[in-house]
Amino acid sequence: MPLLTYAQALNEALREEMQTDPRVFVMGEDIGLHGGIFRVTQGLLDEFGAERVIETPISEAGFVGMGVGAAMSGMRAVVELLFVDFALVAADQIINQAAKLRYMSGGQVSVPIVVRTQQGGGRGNGAQHSQSFESWFAQIPGLKVVAPATPYDAKGLLKSAIRDGNPVVFLEHKLLYNTKGEVPQGEYMVPIGKAEVKRDGRDITIVAYSRSLLFALEAAETLSQSGIEAEVIDLRTIEPLDMETVLNSVRGTARLLVVHEAHNNCSMGAEIITRVYEQEPHVLVTPARRLGGKHVPIPVAEALENAVLPQPADIVAAVEEML
Amino acid sequence: MPLDPSRLPDAYRQMHIIRKFEEAIRDLYMQGKIRGSFHPSVGQESTAVGGCWPLRREDSMSCTYRGHGHALAKGLSPRLAMAEMLGRATGCCKGKGGSMHFADPENGVLVGNAIVAAGIPHAAGAALAAKQQKNDKVALAFFGDGAVNQGVFHEIMNMATVWKLPLILVCENNLYSEMTPYKETTSVLDLSQRAASYGMHAVRVDGNDVELMYATVEEAAQRARQGGGPTFIEAMTYRLWGHMMGDPEVYRTKEEVAQARKDEPIQRLGQRLKDLGYSDADLARLEADAAEVIADALQFAESSPLPRPEEALTDVFI
Repeated sequence: MPLLTYAQALNEALREEMQTDPRVFVMGEDIGLHGGIFRVTQGLLDEFGAERVIETPISEAGFVGMGVGAAMSGMRAVVELLFVDFALVAADQIINQAAKLRYMSGGQVSVPIVVRTQQGGGRGNGAQHSQSFESWFAQIPGLKVVAPATPYDAKGLLKSAIRDGNPVVFLEHKLLYNTKGEVPQGEYMVPIGKAEVKRDGRDITIVAYSRSLLFALEAAETLSQSGIEAEVIDLRTIEPLDMETVLNSVRGTARLLVVHEAHNNCSMGAEIITRVYEQEPHVLVTPARRLGGKHVPIPVAEALENAVLPQPADIVAAVEEML
Repeated sequence: MPLDPSRLPDAYRQMHIIRKFEEAIRDLYMQGKIRGSFHPSVGQESTAVGGCWPLRREDSMSCTYRGHGHALAKGLSPRLAMAEMLGRATGCCKGKGGSMHFADPENGVLVGNAIVAAGIPHAAGAALAAKQQKNDKVALAFFGDGAVNQGVFHEIMNMATVWKLPLILVCENNLYSEMTPYKETTSVLDLSQRAASYGMHAVRVDGNDVELMYATVEEAAQRARQGGGPTFIEAMTYRLWGHMMGDPEVYRTKEEVAQARKDEPIQRLGQRLKDLGYSDADLARLEADAAEVIADALQFAESSPLPRPEEALTDVFI
């Protein structure tokens, strides 16, 4: 199977969907000639032309809103925000508009828009370029939220998001673009709303997603050397949440740790742990824990940023404390 | 092309339908039968009719929370609109949208918006789609003088001009941004000058003159269909009622409103019809027709069922 980077896998997904569906177009800053700062849209301008690969001014609210309007008018908009932090500039169009127009219209309109963006830290990009907003978006009815960790899932989930027909917030991670993985030739889809067990284990369930998944897998290998076998789940989709896969796992391990870069307050960790206690109140033998970003803005210096965002060693330490 | 004079009686009737729709809403509101906010457009019916009538059914139109008139002028059934106001299952949005979010995609009515200026990019997106689909549709956005101080308005002015979108921007300047005189909060009072500064074709017209409104929008629509790009129309008008029910209107005098009433669009069109030879009885009959439409809409709405509670959980996703 060919090895592709995460960025190349996303590029394939866009290219294939644009080839098969003339309604699909992409829009965003620096996505044309430059090919996107992470090269995800490279070559699309040459292949599909300027009417389907639209280079925008730096006007996030305006062009996300135009994507919404075009999506309501028979197109399938894939709108790119350079950094998730800029989604706040366009928050009205994502949260008040895209998420609600179908409902407010009594089901008369649909808004098939994918808001593609990248989030997360680890690169010294500072407090306004390193945040993780998945739990914010997941709080809003009318949005689906996806956060793939591997090139395989990145391609398969992006294709599903484009075909979904509903607003999907597609959260990539800036430090995953150059990671490589097996991506089969030809078409395949990864369904929205399905988590995946990435590693079997009997002692504890670690739920993670996006780049934190790689850290969880790394931590699991370390723990394995001292005889601790962690089961690692990649959530893949944040909303709708696949609790069945999580519950099946904790029924076997009786311990649960959730890991993500987003701040702990009101996080997906809080949500998943609450749902486990609601749905299986007695399944855990030790209190569940979440390991998220500390409650400070994200600093630049490496020594500081690593202290704020969960590292593989932090995961190992948390698991050891829980056993 | 101007509005054919033979259609003026119909325009008079349509403006009365809008007026009487909102008068009925006011009465229902006073009786406690309407939930939430109600933002009347009484006195601005000419911008709605003159703005929507030059459009084709399939052309898109986005409007604001003061959008009853726009939606009705674009083709929304008064029955479905009234049922929506009364929260009935038969409402245009099944009771989920209410006064501020009328929608009727079959007639090109994009979902009305309760966020000032937020519908402008939706119309621009519809115009973008028309360009991509290579049909000759156009899109029109209605908004008020308050919207011109929102960032997204400026973003769209720029992008629409750069991309030559088939877009018509109709700013209904009724002099008051909600409950504040626009001249106190706006740097350049001739708003068409703002549009011109973006390199966009821009005009300021008397919005209370329905024939002038029609001709101006018709010309803009033609330009848009022929690839000539967007037009900004500042339609000077006046909101005769408050910003919403319960507005004490401390920002203006009764004398000012009384003066404006002399220039209100329905009377003006009535006078024009009389000048063309129509009698008082002709006008009374047209007005009675409109009253009949609203009475029928009210009867339909009041006899319609309430939505089932479980319906609240549907229509989030396709």
